[in-house]
Amino acid sequence: MDKSDMRSQGPLYPRDKTLHPKALTPDYKSSLFRSPKMALVPVNTTMSEISGPVFGPNILGEFDSDLTKNYCSAEQMAIGEQIIVHGKVFDENSKTIPNVLIEVWQANAGGRYRHFSDSYKAPLDPYFGGCGRCVTDQNGYYSFKTIRPGAYPWPNGGNNWRPSHIHFSIFGTSFAQRLITQMYFEGDPLIKLCPIANTIEDPASLNTLVAQLDMKRTIHMDARAYQFNIILRGRFSTIFENKMDGN
Amino acid sequence: MDKLHRLKEIPSQTAGPFLHIGCVPNQIGLNTFGGIDLGSVLLSKNTEGKRITLTGKVFDGKNMPIRDGMVEIWQADANGLYQTSDTKSDGSDLNFSGWGRSHCDFESGSWIFETIKPGPVMMNNGSWMAPHISFWIVARGVNLGLNTRMYFGDEHSLNEKDPLLQELKDTKRIRTLMARKITENFYEFNIYLQGENETIFFEI
Repeated sequence: MDKSDMRSQGPLYPRDKTLHPKALTPDYKSSLFRSPKMALVPVNTTMSEISGPVFGPNILGEFDSDLTKNYCSAEQMAIGEQIIVHGKVFDENSKTIPNVLIEVWQANAGGRYRHFSDSYKAPLDPYFGGCGRCVTDQNGYYSFKTIRPGAYPWPNGGNNWRPSHIHFSIFGTSFAQRLITQMYFEGDPLIKLCPIANTIEDPASLNTLVAQLDMKRTIHMDARAYQFNIILRGRFSTIFENKMDGN
Repeated sequence: MDKLHRLKEIPSQTAGPFLHIGCVPNQIGLNTFGGIDLGSVLLSKNTEGKRITLTGKVFDGKNMPIRDGMVEIWQADANGLYQTSDTKSDGSDLNFSGWGRSHCDFESGSWIFETIKPGPVMMNNGSWMAPHISFWIVARGVNLGLNTRMYFGDEHSLNEKDPLLQELKDTKRIRTLMARKITENFYEFNIYLQGENETIFFEI
């Protein structure tokens, strides 16, 4: 085996669990019977965790990153406020990461998902599927165009409304960097009321999921922009540094 | 880089009940991305190695199969090599992706992969890991994706020498990582989120 790749891409920094939600978060009812009771078992990471699938831009179709156009014909367009969501993907060492696949999904402008199990009364938009993807460029930059999703009520035992959000599925270069999360919008009063957003106990950590209005990237007379930078776990630079740090 | 100067990882949020829209859109009739969901095919006819079918369910704390979740796998090829960004020079099988994704069936909860049995993987220190497949599980109610490993229950002698399995202190739980051989090419691996059979989940 050629180990040169493993030396340039060492093991990951231990995950800072205080940034993440606990498994059991009683205010979010679905976690009650889906949260492991036993503590996670820490293991020394090996090639099995350090390596991971990497996708290039060659997997993308022409409209994959334009959700306003990828579920309708050329002269049609999704209904709603047009927005650009963009940012860079970094690791914890502030290094930008190219070739990161980002998959996104979301409700339409009325807060309804195109999914058989969504029974909310808001109508489907015939021009909106709610699914897109993009890959970061050589500078770690990504962007996609979509409509701002609507808020919607959901069954959690109370008067619960999800803030406007976009789901993100992110691949780094390592299977241990794999992450699914949700992006929120600056100024949304529903964020602090949301049991799912509040599974994150650290307010500063939750705030990193809130995209900021970015007037500089606005497309004139077309779309506003929101900036959302993504930080994935960092890696030790060599397999030996791991031991030096004590891990 | 020392800890003080590092950025902080952004936090996880649940994948929710509608993850299919973004991850397996063709399974719910969105007919996108050329009709093929990413991770649905690991093999081609030229892939080296023994074909196996791998299936199972993810059970919740009420012992009910989860039907709105998703499982991803990552594994070595038949020679124990992983696809890397440098694959062309490292000798791993270019006809094998190593990564798969399957949603839990909307009725039965079963996920399924058509793959190959991975070879033992050599570690940096020269020791060998028994054939195994890394799993990552997400679903509504799961706040942070769960990592575990599946080993082959019929590989007794290799499993006994596996460095990760040897590290585990609670040896009674090792059985939760073992896939059951049903037929020569068919393995079953059930994952339990809670209860007496709770699967070992790893902090990796």
